[in-house]
Amino acid sequence: MVQAIVQEQQQAKKKMQVLKNKQRENVYETNQLNLWYGNNHALKDINLNIQENNVTAIIGPSGCGKSTYLKTLNRMVELVPGVRTTGEINYRQHNILDKGYSVEELRTKVGMVFQKPNPFPKSIYDNIAYGPRIHGIKNKKVLDQIVEQSLRGAAIWDEVKDRLHDNAYGLSGGQQQRVCIARCLAIEPDVILMDEPTSALDPISTLKVEELVQELKENYSIIIVTHNMQQAARISDKTAFFLNGEVIEFDTTDKIFSNPTDKRTEDYVSGRFG
Amino acid sequence: MAYINHEVVERQMTKRRVKNTVFKNIFLGATLLALLALVILLYRMITQGAGYVSFDFLQNFSSRFPEKAGVFAGLVGSLAMLAVVAPVSLLLGVGAAIYLEEYAKKSKLTTFIQMNISNLAGVPSIVFGLLGLTIFVRMLGMGKSILAAGLTMSLLILPVIIVAAQEAIRSVPGSLREASYGMGATKWQTIRKVVLPAAIPGVLTGSILALSRAIGETAPLVVIGIPVIVQFLPAGVLSEFTALPMLIFDWAKRPQEEFQYVAAAGILVLMVLLIFMNSIAVFIRNKFQNRY
Amino acid sequence: MKLVSQKREKSLDVQQMIADKKKKGLGRKAEKIVPVLLFITAAVSVLTTIGIVFTLIFETVEFFRRVSFLEYITGTEWLPFAGDPSYGVLPLVIGTLKVTGIAIIVAVPLGLAVAIYLSEFASDKVRRLIKPILEVLAGVPTIVYGFFALTFVTPMLQKVFPSLEIFNALSPGIIIGIMILPTIASLSEDALSSVPNAMREGAFGLGSTKFEVALKVVLPAALSGVLASIVLAMSRAIGETMIVSLAGGSTPLFNFDVEGSIQTMTAYIVQVSTGDAGYGTTIYYSIYAVGFTLFIFTLMMNLIAGWISKKFREEY
Repeated sequence: MVQAIVQEQQQAKKKMQVLKNKQRENVYETNQLNLWYGNNHALKDINLNIQENNVTAIIGPSGCGKSTYLKTLNRMVELVPGVRTTGEINYRQHNILDKGYSVEELRTKVGMVFQKPNPFPKSIYDNIAYGPRIHGIKNKKVLDQIVEQSLRGAAIWDEVKDRLHDNAYGLSGGQQQRVCIARCLAIEPDVILMDEPTSALDPISTLKVEELVQELKENYSIIIVTHNMQQAARISDKTAFFLNGEVIEFDTTDKIFSNPTDKRTEDYVSGRFG
Repeated sequence: MAYINHEVVERQMTKRRVKNTVFKNIFLGATLLALLALVILLYRMITQGAGYVSFDFLQNFSSRFPEKAGVFAGLVGSLAMLAVVAPVSLLLGVGAAIYLEEYAKKSKLTTFIQMNISNLAGVPSIVFGLLGLTIFVRMLGMGKSILAAGLTMSLLILPVIIVAAQEAIRSVPGSLREASYGMGATKWQTIRKVVLPAAIPGVLTGSILALSRAIGETAPLVVIGIPVIVQFLPAGVLSEFTALPMLIFDWAKRPQEEFQYVAAAGILVLMVLLIFMNSIAVFIRNKFQNRY
Repeated sequence: MKLVSQKREKSLDVQQMIADKKKKGLGRKAEKIVPVLLFITAAVSVLTTIGIVFTLIFETVEFFRRVSFLEYITGTEWLPFAGDPSYGVLPLVIGTLKVTGIAIIVAVPLGLAVAIYLSEFASDKVRRLIKPILEVLAGVPTIVYGFFALTFVTPMLQKVFPSLEIFNALSPGIIIGIMILPTIASLSEDALSSVPNAMREGAFGLGSTKFEVALKVVLPAALSGVLASIVLAMSRAIGETMIVSLAGGSTPLFNFDVEGSIQTMTAYIVQVSTGDAGYGTTIYYSIYAVGFTLFIFTLMMNLIAGWISKKFREEY
């Protein structure tokens, strides 16, 4: 009996080892990406490969282009008038900057969580069901299942299960943000983009979201833009440092924070500017 | 050497303070005067008309005899006209607002449309009457019908509805649109499922106020030639009809003093209708205020 | 509390379901058609303007086939119903200007005083109470104002000015002034309250009283908005119909008397419309010529108002 348990544990460990060593594929390969807002050259010759089932953090001072880059990954940046891009971003081997690439399809695969919680002024249930519904899933039973599964996935099911039909605006900021994460999970994306998801939250809510990110990376690839260097250090596997629209350094988070190659990275992570 | 003589300043200060108080009260007085005008107006209408409002008054057709005159045909006619104006003006107004706020690119054409709307809002209502007379009544052969009057009124209040709807749509936070796009929703899905539901209270408030204007407007109806002596109820949108303000206008012009009271009673009915519509608008506005 | 995100159960594959639905090609057409439909609704407003201009020009041209243009714009007699009719529009224009002038004299000082009071002196609570009441004043149908002018204001004024006739310019002028007061008050108040507080604080810091700040700092800074509101209100006064139809009379005279009966452009159109002038007569076409004249007046006012607020828009 005891032996069986020990054996099981060993097997599990082995499995984990295999998972860790497994060659992770790249979800995103960015080649020579340039972006202009009107005449403002916001991103310069970006080359960046992002691996699946990882948390990739993007750090840098305000205005360095980190949010712009994130929004280019699901082409939300196009909502700003006068944006031009050159170069390519391959998502699972397809260039998403191609004219023919459907943004709606891309955004179905690549979910996004925003700086400020932005639930719709609808019930919690309708918020979560929004994504599946717009993509044509109308079956009530299936929707019920998706809603529960997504809220569980965002670790907020227990807090809201009794008031699914209350307006989402009645929740606290931290809860709203986790509902937004659940809303994003409801269409089971491949990648989740997070644009400073905790900047509008209090420390306790921030902690909860950070824990959640750790949990989620088993199933999703997560790219997170953050102002907060401790946060990047705590939750990410890899970190990219942006400055003035350029990637200065991209490496494992340990390396970036303990032994950066570039002087500017060192200055930034040690808090000497920014 | 001191440039400022503090004694003089002190002395003038008192004068300035008095001036301030005096003018404050003048401004307050002006405001109260405006409110007083409204109070007198309402008081006059009520004291003149209340005695004439009765169940019979609501049920009778207009008549040569003041004691037999009633608003029935006008009330039904005005409501029937509203049934044309509401869907037409809302559909056109909200549609135009969505186009201008969500789809239109910044171009000369857009600027032109926007400028055109604000100028259209300044065109006197009687000119809309001339438009209705030529286009709807004569060219399209609708006659002096509910449809002709309803379409004319719809065009008249269209600019107001467009502007109100634009403001409501503009006040929907961009973050909600982003959230929707971020899930792969298309533009129209985002507008239909997120922007419009959030904007609807604002749209409704503005639209109801505009509709109540259409109910009270008289000049375009006069020009179109809406008759006054109507002894039947309209059978359909192409049937001739009369409207509440037309009856009031007719009664007010009659020489017999008795008809002044009938006119006042008609005004009371009209005002009650308007107050009812306005309170719906206020209710919607208060209920959905500050949700973001 | 430790958060545990439950693992994804593979019972549901949402992405697969979405892909299945996509194959059926849902809603692709709507994305193409909807903008076109919406553009058409936006175009209706332009078509309306074209319709108005076209209608007015078309019928006015017919009028000028019968009446000389020079007689129309310079003539001082408007006698369309006479055996030997004359069509000089000036009496109607004068009638309109008389009423508008009186309305402006009433509405500008009162409206500005209300605006200054609400924006500079009143507490938030008072403002929230008074603004809706002003909206009610703006929402009263003009037919009601007209009836009020005829049956209340005129008799009252007759007690003060015994020579005042039943139909006159004074009573409708005053009531139109009351009618446009909310326009001036509310638009001016918007202009005044959009003056940034920093400017007020600067003046208060130097020891100014509220009245001085309002008159010497805020009002000049908001002048363009205030002027625009006055011009817009004037345009509304010129186009006002029912008040002058009921209380102004139907005697187009070329003089500056405000105690006697007058006729405005709008009241003439109403007089013809309620009469029995047949389709195709010169009188019928004359209402379009008068309507066109009225349209040009109000259009100019609106353009001037727009120009003022654009040209003199302060950059705070």
